[in-house]
Amino acid sequence: MNHIPRINRRSFVVGAAATGGGLAIGLNLPFGGPQVVRAQDGSPELTAWVVIRPDDTVVIRMARSEMGQGTITGLAQLVAEELECDWSKVTYEYPTPGQSLARKRAWGDFSTGGSRGIRMSHEYVRKGGATARIMLIQAAANEWKVPTAECTAANSVITHGPSGRKTTFGKVAEAAAKLEPPKEVPLKDPKDWKIAGKSVKRLDTVDKVTGKQVYGFDLRLPGMLNAAIKECPVFGGKVKSFEAAKVAGMKGVRKVVQVGDSAVAVVADTWWQAKTALDALPVVFDEGENAKVSSASIATMLEAGLTAEQAFVGNQNGDAKAALGGAAKKIEAVYSYPFQNHVCMEPMNATARYTSDKCEVWVPTQNGEDALAYVLAASGLPADKCDVYKINLGGGFGRRGAYQDYVTQAVLIAKQIPGTPVKLLWSREEDMRQGHYHPIMQCKLVGGFDANNNLTALHMRLSGQSILAAVRPQVVDKDKGRDALVFQGLAEPALLGNEHSFGYSIPNLLIDHAMRNTHVPPGFWRGVNINQNCIFIECFMDELAQAVGQDELEFRRKLMAKHPKNLAVLNAVAERVGWGKPAPQGVYRGLAHMKAFNSYVAAVAEISIEGGGNRIKIHRIVAATDPGHAVNPAQIDRQVAGSFVYGLSALFYQECTIKGGRVVEENFDTYDSMRIAQMPRVESIIMPSGGSDPWGGVGEPTICVAAPAVLNAYFKATGKRLRTLPLKNEKITLV
Amino acid sequence: MARLTVNGKSQDIDVDPDTPLLWAIRENVGLTGTKYGCGIAQCGACTVHVDGEAVRSCSMPVSAAEGKAITTIEGLAQNGALHKVQKAWIDHDVPQCGYCQCGMIMAVAALLKEKPKPTDDDINNAITNICRCGTFQQVREAIHAAAST
Repeated sequence: MNHIPRINRRSFVVGAAATGGGLAIGLNLPFGGPQVVRAQDGSPELTAWVVIRPDDTVVIRMARSEMGQGTITGLAQLVAEELECDWSKVTYEYPTPGQSLARKRAWGDFSTGGSRGIRMSHEYVRKGGATARIMLIQAAANEWKVPTAECTAANSVITHGPSGRKTTFGKVAEAAAKLEPPKEVPLKDPKDWKIAGKSVKRLDTVDKVTGKQVYGFDLRLPGMLNAAIKECPVFGGKVKSFEAAKVAGMKGVRKVVQVGDSAVAVVADTWWQAKTALDALPVVFDEGENAKVSSASIATMLEAGLTAEQAFVGNQNGDAKAALGGAAKKIEAVYSYPFQNHVCMEPMNATARYTSDKCEVWVPTQNGEDALAYVLAASGLPADKCDVYKINLGGGFGRRGAYQDYVTQAVLIAKQIPGTPVKLLWSREEDMRQGHYHPIMQCKLVGGFDANNNLTALHMRLSGQSILAAVRPQVVDKDKGRDALVFQGLAEPALLGNEHSFGYSIPNLLIDHAMRNTHVPPGFWRGVNINQNCIFIECFMDELAQAVGQDELEFRRKLMAKHPKNLAVLNAVAERVGWGKPAPQGVYRGLAHMKAFNSYVAAVAEISIEGGGNRIKIHRIVAATDPGHAVNPAQIDRQVAGSFVYGLSALFYQECTIKGGRVVEENFDTYDSMRIAQMPRVESIIMPSGGSDPWGGVGEPTICVAAPAVLNAYFKATGKRLRTLPLKNEKITLV
Repeated sequence: MARLTVNGKSQDIDVDPDTPLLWAIRENVGLTGTKYGCGIAQCGACTVHVDGEAVRSCSMPVSAAEGKAITTIEGLAQNGALHKVQKAWIDHDVPQCGYCQCGMIMAVAALLKEKPKPTDDDINNAITNICRCGTFQQVREAIHAAAST
């Protein structure tokens, strides 16, 4: 997307997912004041986040998107904590991006990625709750003509201590909404939390088990038509011709339309009719030069980068190259990581209704504001004539954030049938062919030891695709061509706001990146660059330890003296499994750790093998995570276990192979995903260290430690080092 | 035209006989709890009961479902009371994004009908639904909990 002049596109400028800590909040909090703002049902708004109905229902409004990660529940807990409301009376809703923009971005950043939902908004949502509480107490005190200091709030009830008089939030909300909001809004010490920090149940479960929850592709509007689409499967290709007349008479077909210069869509009464006609529609694409690209040609290009002169530096101290030259012993290895698709269970979709006066889009999106920017660009209408209505997502994992190509397509289709709402749904095959894929990367690591077997030097050369160069080229330009995000988990502290700092101290260190971009579009994929980086560094740490005959944990500990929080999570998992004591007969252990998205994470995997190493059973993974503060431990537990399913599915099964310029794998039969039978027991240790450091994220960090822990255990079991993913290519399966 | 009996209600719908049952349920009957995930019977998001058996409705044509009793997630609760699997799902806070869970619940409900006290191996063999959020640990707990009620 390009800049949209009428919107403050701050997230475009700084690259929200990219810079994390660099994203200053600095909002003008739109609190109260003499003009009461009302929700649709007429209930008064106390702050942007809090609406209180006369029956005491508390409606908490959030900009971040719920895609399964529990962020809505966690954020509501933080608001409710400061509001002192009755948790059983809490419900939630999404403001629209258009409403937010019209109120100077009242709700803050809509972007939901980079594990930022809670950690980047906890302060202003807590203030939103605390401000409302102060106003409610003030309103009660005014009514009773008593000092506010004599009144307290708890469980949605305000009590006047000396007289014992009581009233409820619902009764004083109207008066409170008319008050000036306080300027000083102190927040609670987390140790006094009663709702936050507790494993309360999610707010959004019941409708998910009865079929009532409406996902984007369940939406039905009066008079709505359905569209199926096919874009040129070779990225960058264009539509040459198509024969609409061949399918025009098919049942239910209303229109065959070209979408931009690269896609064709059939619009019909039902989606199945649209898809059936699309399958029968003769389409010729001009595939262009990219049709010559294959996985092999890409691998060759990346291999050349491993030894190229030019590279961007992400972490450096001492002189690694000189030290390696003089090393008594050198160890070298090359690893590689493939393209992978997100494969959200709900395929991409968006519903659009266009008239020359208004363009509206209903879409499951990780970033409502970005979706709105896509609507503006595709419709050609100004911001005050467009809006986006967010719908809960059937998975996101990064696919529904930075790129919202399906929004553009839906609008371009709707423009050709003005006034009629059109729901565009991608088939699974389209979803597999038109991804924005986990970037492909190779890595050459060279470690050097002195005569006493001390690690004196490490050079880690990454070669492969940059996400930022594709998604936010202006950020890369500003950094003189470097994509700092490539160094997630490996970065020097000054880079990436200390969110992704390298966890080891090595006297001579060089971590650099030879950028090798392909025509295959990359995107943010749960965990982003930590997936490959953690495999590279943590497997190689084992290789180094083993080269000098040292215990893998002890070897790491010696390099971690200056990284106490990294060491704490590593020690926690080692202690839980009894590292150093023998594992049960036939069980082998491997470990890994990383700092990512400002959280510290570590894991030990326990596996056994069958069939001479062709089958791996993962019995247990013990995982520790220190996110600073834990808002809902039960949901963190679920994110940890879920991240392992995502990461281990990638390790064992998933590769998007490129042939003839396009992705070969088109569905789950060739792109498998873990089932319950393969699920190991996951024991998570949640160990928030508290304090005033910036909070860490939860949805992504742990994803990176499962794969290297399993690979390290596999080496212990077999003596074979696996350096290329996915393991299906080595005929190894997960049982 | 086809005549389908869904959740005890019979109705005529205007579809080609080779239309997958999934799309007839969603677009013609109008019940959207049954989801599309792959269209090739791999992921199980579209699981419904046909004459009591768990079936992946994306791969069964409407013609094969005529004259049979079809139950979708919307018909699982009886007389206003949630099915014990649905209750266990709520008690154990199983769903994350929730998209695959209706199919998962239908598959589990069919398993428990056949094997009221399934072992872990029974679960592994019968429940092959894909969940990209990775809820399997809670799914297993909730199945055992539902089986013990």
